[in-house]
Amino acid sequence: MNFRWEWEVFLRDTGGGETYLHWMFSAWGWTLSVAACAWIIAILFGAVIGTLRTVPSLLLARLANAWVELFRNIPLLVQIFIWYHVIPSLYKPLQEVPSFILVVFALGFFTSARVAEQVRAGIQSLPDGQRYAGLAMGLTLPQTYRFVLLPMAFRIIVPPLTSESMNIIKNSSVAFAVSISELTLFALQAQEETSRGIEVYLAVTGLYMLTAFAVNRLMAFVEQRVRVPGTLGAAR
Amino acid sequence: MSALDLSFFNADLVRQFLWNGFVFSIQLTLVAMAGGILIGTLLALLRLSGRSWLALPAAAYVNTMRSVPLVMVILWFFLLIPFVIGRPLGAEWSAIITFTLFEAAYYSEIMRAGIQSVSRGQVYAGNALGLTYFQTMRLIVLPQAFRNMLPVLLTQTIILFQDTSLVYAIGAYDLLKGFETAGKNFNRPVEAYLLAAAVYFVICYALSSVVKQLQTRIAIAR
Repeated sequence: MNFRWEWEVFLRDTGGGETYLHWMFSAWGWTLSVAACAWIIAILFGAVIGTLRTVPSLLLARLANAWVELFRNIPLLVQIFIWYHVIPSLYKPLQEVPSFILVVFALGFFTSARVAEQVRAGIQSLPDGQRYAGLAMGLTLPQTYRFVLLPMAFRIIVPPLTSESMNIIKNSSVAFAVSISELTLFALQAQEETSRGIEVYLAVTGLYMLTAFAVNRLMAFVEQRVRVPGTLGAAR
Repeated sequence: MSALDLSFFNADLVRQFLWNGFVFSIQLTLVAMAGGILIGTLLALLRLSGRSWLALPAAAYVNTMRSVPLVMVILWFFLLIPFVIGRPLGAEWSAIITFTLFEAAYYSEIMRAGIQSVSRGQVYAGNALGLTYFQTMRLIVLPQAFRNMLPVLLTQTIILFQDTSLVYAIGAYDLLKGFETAGKNFNRPVEAYLLAAAVYFVICYALSSVVKQLQTRIAIAR
């Protein structure tokens, strides 16, 4: 094989007055923004839906379960297409909304189903006594959730949330399919324009790994801070 | 609000656009599952072998695959396979190779957990009977690990089936592509995408219900 590295490719002009290196870093920014915004939506909706799955009201619990099943059993790419092609044409005012927002909602709702599953598991892992104690103290059910169950549940589920946070970075790559100018779309287009696929892919893959590693370290720090004293995790 | 019109959807359309894509998605899922579990089990055995020159490369492979987005892995293989074998390979074959090797990393983590869930006494018993390491694994540990992990392996396969839609990145003709092409041809993309979502949902929901049933049955038997 007579392969020659050609890293200078990143200094080439894209034809738009910037280098490929510039473009790649702006694409990295898009990847980070999509992932971060979607993560906020996923945590908010995931927390609410996951909590609702544990409440005594059968109707609410069923609705929350339906939410989880719906967003978990359709591939992310199909969900992104639905948000991008279907929903704006069924509901016209959404045609004005930038595709970035639509993709953020697609990825956020998709991930919210997984977060909800973790939140439910976290709440159900608490002994029933905690709920009873809260109610016996005269707290209402929402107060019991707010002051007793949720603070504990959220501290317990930080480790599984770490892997969801890393997944959301990886899953943001699917946004390339609706022309969000993130890292994967950059990789595809730069590969086509420069024919230096190996260098381009290596750089992009490196950025993805770097991002995932940074998220992992950040969450490890959070995990350490919120660890519940007296549990097995705290002994380490 | 424009009205949905599903009248374009008929048996002819299924034959013409959807069937081939559906068959490919299923083939891709089954081949990647079989190959992925096989290679994944080998990787898990290497990681648990206790010899670092075997364990470290296997761990590196698994962790690399798991830290890169699947779409990037698909693109990588599509770029590199022709480079290695010296001639272009169709998107479909490229996808089959990619998914097998990619899923192997995920299945190997499941099998590793499964092997570690088997109690140590089982291995000691095997050793005491004079079985070699590989005999102990093949005859005693792996069958139990496999049984314990069956629901998780199947859940991973459902995820794998959903992920096959990502072959979109290299233009392979799968179930989603079939719907998309049909939608373009009949100028009804909205209905086509909705139907695609419905079909994926029905398949994945049915499979996950089966897995739930299986979980309770396995739990009772133990």
